Amino acid sequence: MTLSQQIVTIALCAAGTMLTRFLPFLVFSSKKPTPRFVSYLGKALPAAVFGMLVVYCLKNVNVLSGGHGLPELISIAVVVALHLWKRQMLISVAGGTVCYMLLVQFVF
Amino acid sequence: MKHHKKKRSAAGAALKAAFPHTIPILAGFLFLGMTYGIYMNASGFSFVYPMIMSLVIFGGSLEFVAVQMLLSTFAPLQTLLMSVMIQARHLFYGIAMLDKFKGTGAKKPYLIFGMCDESFSINCSAEIPEGVDKGWFMLWVTALNQLYWFCGSTLGGLLGSLITFNTEGLDFVMTAMFVVIFLEQWLKERRHYTALIGVAVSTACLLIFGADSFLLPTMACILCMLTVFRKPIEKSLEGSDDPK
Repeated sequence: MTLSQQIVTIALCAAGTMLTRFLPFLVFSSKKPTPRFVSYLGKALPAAVFGMLVVYCLKNVNVLSGGHGLPELISIAVVVALHLWKRQMLISVAGGTVCYMLLVQFVF
Repeated sequence: MKHHKKKRSAAGAALKAAFPHTIPILAGFLFLGMTYGIYMNASGFSFVYPMIMSLVIFGGSLEFVAVQMLLSTFAPLQTLLMSVMIQARHLFYGIAMLDKFKGTGAKKPYLIFGMCDESFSINCSAEIPEGVDKGWFMLWVTALNQLYWFCGSTLGGLLGSLITFNTEGLDFVMTAMFVVIFLEQWLKERRHYTALIGVAVSTACLLIFGADSFLLPTMACILCMLTVFRKPIEKSLEGSDDPK
């Protein structure tokens, strides 16, 4: 990517974000009720989008070669276990990442 | 002169009231921001990138994903749609804050610009003490949170080059973060239709279209599925907690 392509990419990320933040204030008023389909999407989208982002993070994992996705699988299990135990985002994220780094550097 | 002094004390009182609410975010944003900065540095970007991105985007999830997008080939349409999808939840923060932001005057554009998840949840739920100006209170919450994230990311970007240990595998921090957010969503729901739709559709599209071009079809399919299965999904969402 050239520098100007990078600038456009960052600008588009900012534009997409600003669109989602400013649009409600431009379109809706606090007097009129929000369209039902919009509030439905508000409840239904987040879980689906974060599911998509988890898959996106793992898109380059090859289960047929290398570590066969084992470091990822083990570390995700560690993240989930830590999180169910402590419910502290930082502990879960830090623990899982350290686990993954140790696995890919020393084991696989 | 008198008016000016009154204004200053209103801002000061609001800062005093707002700061304690942001302390947990201070720790979280410094840690995550620094990790993000180090991650960008390890991906070959100077500290200027995380610094600017923390100012103009100010959305953790998207900023992490943006690193990947900056490393791939230039795909403007996908970048824009991906940003909107990742940030879509802000639409609902906005709807929730329509009333609260009323009468905040010149502060309003920045309140909207800087409304990340954490600022939203504080501004939405905090009981602002009587006598404290609510516009100033919310402005401080928003600005302090952005300052923490800015400092964390910039520091991470700067310190990244000083790190002597092997950073291989550090990129897993993004995966871990999304797994945690996904898990939180999962625990909030009684039935997991939408979470499963997200994972199943993405996996199917990944297998069909490949790692470089599965995002656009995935986003389109998710929206279609949510529209087609609206009835059962809506029913399953009843009784679940409202999204924060």
